[in-house]
Amino acid sequence: MTKRKLEVVAEPDRPIIVTRRVLDAPRELVFEAFTRPEHVRRWLGPRALTWVVCDMDFRVGGRYRWVQRAPDGQEFAFHGEYKEIVRPEKVVSTFVFELFPDAEAIDTLTLEEHDGKTTVTTVTVHKTIEERDGQLAGGMERGMSEGYERLDELLVELSARQR
Amino acid sequence: MPAAALSERDLDATFAALADGTRRAIVARLAAGEASVTDLAKPFDMTQPAISKHLKVLERAGLISRRRDAQRRPCRLEPRRLQQVADWIGGYRAFWEESYGRLDEYLAELQGKEKKRDQKKARSRRRAR
Repeated sequence: MTKRKLEVVAEPDRPIIVTRRVLDAPRELVFEAFTRPEHVRRWLGPRALTWVVCDMDFRVGGRYRWVQRAPDGQEFAFHGEYKEIVRPEKVVSTFVFELFPDAEAIDTLTLEEHDGKTTVTTVTVHKTIEERDGQLAGGMERGMSEGYERLDELLVELSARQR
Repeated sequence: MPAAALSERDLDATFAALADGTRRAIVARLAAGEASVTDLAKPFDMTQPAISKHLKVLERAGLISRRRDAQRRPCRLEPRRLQQVADWIGGYRAFWEESYGRLDEYLAELQGKEKKRDQKKARSRRRAR
C-alpha cells in the first residue's frame, strides 16, 4: 500500500492546527470509521497503546470518552461533547485532554468525497488565549511527555517496516 | 483529537506570545544574544513600559528569561520552549500519521469484507437461477 501524505498546518498567529489526509474509501464508510466506537478502537492512536475505554454517545449533546494505556501503564484520557453532526460530512466536538482539564479545544471534522476517495480535514482550535491567561502560572517547566518521543520512535520503526 | 497533548496551556501561551509582530521581533533579536530593555526598545517606536509589557508576556510563555542584574535585568531567549512547540507539532503529526496508516488498512479490510459479501450474494443469486 502506498503511504499517503498527511498535511499538518499550524497557523503561526493563532492556536489552530489543520490536518488533511486522503483515504481510499467512500465518505459514508469513512464517516462510520470515525464515529462508531467499534471502528474507532481499531485504528485511532498508536498501535502500542491499548484501549481501556472507548465510549461514544454519538448524537448532538452526547459525550465521548477515550482512555488508552501505554505499555508502561501510563494512561491517556480524553473526553468531549458532540456539538454538531451532519451525516456523513461533518462533526464538531469539544476535546479535553484530561491531564489538562482546563484546556478545551474545538475539533471540526470534515469529509469530502471525490471519485470514491475521501479527503478528511480536521481543524483544532484551542480556546482563546485570553480566557486562559489568568490561569497561567510561573515556572512552566512541563515539557513534552515522554510519550511523544516514544511515538516518534514508533513511527520511524513503522515506516521502516513498511518500506 | 488526541495528541493535542503537550501542556496546552503552555502551548497556547507560546502561540499567543508569538502572535504579535513586536514580540516576534524581540524573539528574533534575542536569538542573537542577551539584550537590555533599552536595547530592545530602540528599533521600535515604543516606550520602555510598552516593551516591558511585551517582555512580560514572553516571559510568562517561557520564551525568554530575565536575569536579576541590578537595574539592567537583561533578557535572554529560552530556546527550549520554541523547541517544545516544534516537538509538539511533530508529536501531533506522528499520532495522526500512524492513526491514518491504521485507518487505511482497516478501511481496506472493511471494503474487502463488503466485496466478499457482494460476491457471495452474486454467487447465491446465480445458483438460485
